[in-house]
Amino acid sequence: MSAASEPSGSMREHKGTGMTNATTTADTPTPTRAIEIRALHKSFGDLQVLRGIDFTIDTGEVVCVIGPSGSGKSTLLRCTNLLEQPTQGQVLIAGTDITDPDVDIDRLRRRIGMVFQQFNLFAHLSVLDNLTIAQRRVLGRDKAEAVQVARQNLVRVGLADKEDSYPAQLSGGQQQRVAIARALSMGPELMLFDEPTSALDPELVGDVLAVMRGLADDGMTMMVVTHEMGFAREVADRVVFMDDGVIVEQGTPDEVLTNPRQPRTREFLARVLRPADTVTKS
Amino acid sequence: MTSSHTPVAAKAPAQAAPRPRLSPRRRRSMLRGAQYVVLAAAVIAVAVLADWHQLQQQFLELSVAKRMFPDLLTVALTNTVAYTLSGFGVGLVLGLIVALMRLSSVAPYRWLASFYIEVFRGLPALLIFIFIGVGIPLAFPGLAIPGGAYGQVAVALGLVAAAYMAETIRAGIQAVPRGQMEAARTLGMSHARAMWSIVIPQAFRIIVPPLTNELVLLFKDSSLVLFLGVSLQTRELTKFGRDLASETANTTPIFVAGLCYLLITVPLGYVVRRLEAGHAKAR
Ligand SMILES: Nc1ncnc2c1ncn2[C@@H]1O[C@H](COP(=O)(O)OP(=O)(O)OP(=O)(O)O)[C@@H](O)[C@H]1O
Ligand SMILES: [Mg+2]
Repeated sequence: MSAASEPSGSMREHKGTGMTNATTTADTPTPTRAIEIRALHKSFGDLQVLRGIDFTIDTGEVVCVIGPSGSGKSTLLRCTNLLEQPTQGQVLIAGTDITDPDVDIDRLRRRIGMVFQQFNLFAHLSVLDNLTIAQRRVLGRDKAEAVQVARQNLVRVGLADKEDSYPAQLSGGQQQRVAIARALSMGPELMLFDEPTSALDPELVGDVLAVMRGLADDGMTMMVVTHEMGFAREVADRVVFMDDGVIVEQGTPDEVLTNPRQPRTREFLARVLRPADTVTKS
Repeated sequence: MTSSHTPVAAKAPAQAAPRPRLSPRRRRSMLRGAQYVVLAAAVIAVAVLADWHQLQQQFLELSVAKRMFPDLLTVALTNTVAYTLSGFGVGLVLGLIVALMRLSSVAPYRWLASFYIEVFRGLPALLIFIFIGVGIPLAFPGLAIPGGAYGQVAVALGLVAAAYMAETIRAGIQAVPRGQMEAARTLGMSHARAMWSIVIPQAFRIIVPPLTNELVLLFKDSSLVLFLGVSLQTRELTKFGRDLASETANTTPIFVAGLCYLLITVPLGYVVRRLEAGHAKAR
């Protein structure tokens, strides 16, 4: 039941060429599976955090994952790039099963950008060095090229004038935008966001969301764990509601956020949406 | 019930109160005054009773002090610095290796590292020096540590320092937030690359003060080379001072050698405190 039901050969071939030539991410004539997750289980000791997750994200799709605290959203995201090792099940990135021990996870992670709630900028490096270090050490780009790519991405997030600053000198919103630029500098095909605005002061949230909206408009495949219902409604192609380690409901923003079918979804939305300004953190 | 108790409770403090006593503030100031009196008495006693001429001849005899130059600087101090820095270098490299072993996911590496740390922190440094200087040549007659006395001291000091530094470095690595490693890994860095480029540089910033402290300790421990039987050319401050003291039957060389240590260790200690204060502020 495991390896038998793989995506069709043509899809795999297409992504196969994309793998060897990681810089070409733009030309995708037909929608393909960027992420496919099958029967994913994850336990920490006795605690079952993910209890059978099946879902897919197509190339170019923006999926927002919502759900109460502790429902396993971060764990799902972290299983997607193997920051957590799944207990059971498969995670396919562009057709490659990354839970296969033969897969070079470092090579694969280059193609998956990740943005954390706590930014995690390298505290000892300037903004520019934050953006160039992995390009140089991992992709082997020379300094001039790495700096050029870094500057392009700083422009993209609106922080071209901050390249010599250190993370501690930046506001939370600026740090998070640098973190996005850092991930983009690797030329990822796919971006994962784990509550990127939850640690921010309310007035700084907008800048970060604007950058993410721009990314979505440019066709980036994105999986976003968020409590920003407004963002989910406007930007997401699909909203996934998780509770207690399972996907309870998914569909268009309208289906899930406006006309939820499941009682648990309704309950959650009622709690989150009623006091309009307690949306940020649970 | 309450009415019968209250008068008793109210009477108790009233009985104690009337006795007149010194207020705590007055008592403190009187105590301080007494301390000044004792101090002044001690200073006067020393000034009157001490044989200043004798003391000056013993501890600060200029003619003896002059004989110490230039070897004091060109040989003794230079060697002390060389021994200390080489021991620090060996200790740093070895300590980093032991610290990484201590954090390894391979259990036997962790055991080995813990064993090393416990053994070398539990032994007197002098014993290690004697082991290196006397024990190894006895046990393995053919084997010689390259660099003569310099090599021996670097190894002996390094072995001791590594045990302390390993624990310091391990604590520093663990103090770097986990998100730093995770961010590096998500950018495609291997564990080793992320350790080397991201975690270790930040760990070392955290541990510069304790490492500088270790350097101060090594400066003092370098005097143990005394027990290795060094030649004229490899003498350091302590041995140099001692030799000259017995040669001239005068304490001045020891006194001057001591001043040389302080000239280095006191400023270093000051630097450590400045760094620590800076860190406290940055947190
Ligand atoms: N490394 C870990 N070890 C043990 N338990 C963990 C670990 N990581 C997460 N958990 C537990 O797994 C459960 C789900 O955590 P997860 O972080 O995925 O939730 P979440 O949906 O992201 O919640 P939040 O909205 O608060 O971020 C929680 O009960 C959490 O305590
Ligand atoms: Mg989370």
